[in-house]
Amino acid sequence: MNHYHRFDCIIVGAGGSGLMAALESSRRVGTAVVSKLYPPRSHTGAAQGGIAAALANLEEDSWENHAYDTIKGGDFLVDQTAAEILCREAVEGIYELEHMGLPFDRTAAGRISQRRFGGHTRPNPKYDPNAAPGTDAAKPRIPVMRSCHSADRTGHMILQTLYQQCIKQGVTFFDEFHMVDLILEDGECRGIVAIEIATGQLHVFHAKSVLLATGGFGRIFKVSSNAYALTGDGPAIAYRHGLPLEDMEFYQFHPTGIYKLGILLSEACRGDGGIMFNKDGERFMERYAPNLKDLASRDVCSRSIYQEVRAGRGINGKDYVYLDIRAETMNKYKSSPLHPGQDVDSAWVEKRLPDIIEFARTYLGVDPIREPMPIQPTAHYAMGGLPTDVEGRVLRDVSGTPVPGLYSAGESACVSVHGANRLGTNSLVDLVVYGRRAGRAMADYAAARSFAPLPSHPETKAREQIDALLSRPRTEPWAKIRDEMQVTMMENCGVFRTEETLTKARDEIAALKARYRQLGIQDKGSVFNTNLLEVLELGNLLETAEATVAAALARRESRGAHSREDFPDRNDHDFFKHSLVYSHNENQTSVVYKDVDVIYVEKHGERVPKYPLEVRKY
Amino acid sequence: MDISKIDHTARELTVRIRRYDPERDDEPRWQEYKVSADPMDRVLDVLLAIKWNQDETLGLRRSCAHGVCGSDAMRINNVNRLACKTLVRTLSGDTMTVEPILGLPVIKDLIVDMKPFFDHYKSVMPYLVNDDPPPTTERLQSPEERARFDDTTKCILCACCTTACPPFWGNQRYVGPASIVNAHRFIFDSRDQAAAERLDILNDAEGVWRCRTVFNCSTACPREIHVTKAIQEVKHAMLTGSLESDRPSQTGHGGD
Repeated sequence: MNHYHRFDCIIVGAGGSGLMAALESSRRVGTAVVSKLYPPRSHTGAAQGGIAAALANLEEDSWENHAYDTIKGGDFLVDQTAAEILCREAVEGIYELEHMGLPFDRTAAGRISQRRFGGHTRPNPKYDPNAAPGTDAAKPRIPVMRSCHSADRTGHMILQTLYQQCIKQGVTFFDEFHMVDLILEDGECRGIVAIEIATGQLHVFHAKSVLLATGGFGRIFKVSSNAYALTGDGPAIAYRHGLPLEDMEFYQFHPTGIYKLGILLSEACRGDGGIMFNKDGERFMERYAPNLKDLASRDVCSRSIYQEVRAGRGINGKDYVYLDIRAETMNKYKSSPLHPGQDVDSAWVEKRLPDIIEFARTYLGVDPIREPMPIQPTAHYAMGGLPTDVEGRVLRDVSGTPVPGLYSAGESACVSVHGANRLGTNSLVDLVVYGRRAGRAMADYAAARSFAPLPSHPETKAREQIDALLSRPRTEPWAKIRDEMQVTMMENCGVFRTEETLTKARDEIAALKARYRQLGIQDKGSVFNTNLLEVLELGNLLETAEATVAAALARRESRGAHSREDFPDRNDHDFFKHSLVYSHNENQTSVVYKDVDVIYVEKHGERVPKYPLEVRKY
Repeated sequence: MDISKIDHTARELTVRIRRYDPERDDEPRWQEYKVSADPMDRVLDVLLAIKWNQDETLGLRRSCAHGVCGSDAMRINNVNRLACKTLVRTLSGDTMTVEPILGLPVIKDLIVDMKPFFDHYKSVMPYLVNDDPPPTTERLQSPEERARFDDTTKCILCACCTTACPPFWGNQRYVGPASIVNAHRFIFDSRDQAAAERLDILNDAEGVWRCRTVFNCSTACPREIHVTKAIQEVKHAMLTGSLESDRPSQTGHGGD
């Protein structure tokens, strides 16, 4: 073992949740962050429109409102205790970020500015159940300004601020180290094996507790807002070790990606008054979500776009629609937050959404100040991931048995606060609240025990995996396997699915995995071998794709982001439960289910659910 | 505009890439590739098409692919840019030249060692310092106070500015424009209390006074930060001992 390191806590991934955890754990115990990217390159930095917390700086609001929205937004497949913690602790989390220096936009009074976002509501104070349909008083809930923002670069500010604080606090970083394996011995986690990218050498990190904060895996799909680096490394490696992945069938397509490229155009566009139109110039969301319209939840908006396209109402008959953020449009529909009192102008739009405008100008050649932007849904966020409890402990089975020493937070984890569909801004809330909780819990765990011994050659499996790739002849370009995976996932396991398409996807992924096992690569070098890294990452993507399809096949209902055209209704009787997918051998998977955590309250002497199941309408 | 009218006629390009593999090459060398590119392609798309279809050994960094993560700074036709933010249609001629950014040691091909860059960044206290007990809610800051340092909050640490700077090429002990931008971001934040310490760090032969106002940094910045202006504002604060003025320079060097 040439390169051996020992830290109480090892954190894998330097995005928002990893850095938040590092700030917590490094105050108390020896901590190192191992990341395949320099921390400020992490994809938290691409988040745009804001982070929700019921600060009530501009409108009346409460964390209870936020919790209700989160549970409803997730089509009730949300663990309710976890959601309440999320929304309650969001408030102090935002203040803590501000104290760390995060440059939020400000209200005239100097407080943190907030904006509207899809699915974030409050009770309508003017609500009248007898009001005529379509009138304002007929709406039980109305949009609320809850998303704390820094223009449309909120994620950038969060990532920068957390990295700055880590520098201030002297956190140890291993930058550009790529995790290849987890060290699991006697059922507990004792460290990781990582490749130092600059030299190609393997390093063993011996730890008492390990946090997997590796982000998402949107690169399984052809059109995605995700960075190239989002390859599901943490979940895939754990899955290969026989640990389950939870709720993998729920993958969010963000409604407004740049046509063909998938680059995200923030929901803040619509929060600030932007509107989607079909080829007839119709504001089609009025038909699908009469109350919240363009501010309905993301799954609803993405399905609506697909339905418009299928009905031949895409622009030019193609597979896209328009997102319009022109001031004149907002004024015509009185959709901005300044309405009804005041019209907006282009300068206001430019100030609120500077990066979005620049993206459209750069990548589309379209100036959104003067013309609408062509958009289509883009694969964006995994609601599923490693099952964890509210302390970030990774769980190994339906009864919630923890894997000692193993933690996860952020997009790689499934707490589950997003259920079947995440609300906009709640990913950032998740990484702040649960990154911090996991950091505390893993430090507590490490502080209370000594190092358990490592197996004799913990790096053997990683070395064999890498040596095989380097020694085999190159049979075909690896990128061909990736491209075929992305196409089948997009076509057969995308926004709409059926038994037939999913079976096709399952078989194709299995065939791709078989080809992957024969794969050799061209670059045999040790120094910064990105060929090797990309192929290791593809192996991880194939695992998460397999789990996604397996869970989607097994869930014979439609809920949140999972739309089975052969089972179009939500089926609470059979499927009000979380899935856990396990991998057995090469292509065998099994799916089991665990109950959703439900909070009960006393009402009229009876014990009733605090958040009763309801038909989800916006 | 109707995007169906955008010209997608393929362009036949010769891409010249400056390559170096320390395990095989004594010296950097040029290698040429022929590609067919859509004018709407990013330079990153072109490089990855080469890597995936022609030569898997080509080394480059990339992640977000839309100009926010800062991974893929490189010299494209002799100018520092992000490969993911440069479209083929904006480049003239049928040859494209791609090299690693200058002034940092090359590890392999287009990949340079970023450690010296991050060490400079860390040296300027790039974090908020405020030792007062925090209030139970947010610290107040007016929109005007927030606007004062908005421009320099946009930095993504890609190193386009620092590695476009002739004084940095000449002396790599110079902290460089990116570090000064990140010091500026806190010096002019009304909540911060360590402006004097940062100004002291930068009031050094290897600090702001290396800047010769060449403006390469401002031209190179993919986030369109007014880098030279920020540096001038820091110099001005040092000379006057005041953070008050928005008009940093009486000599006309300030406004880029």
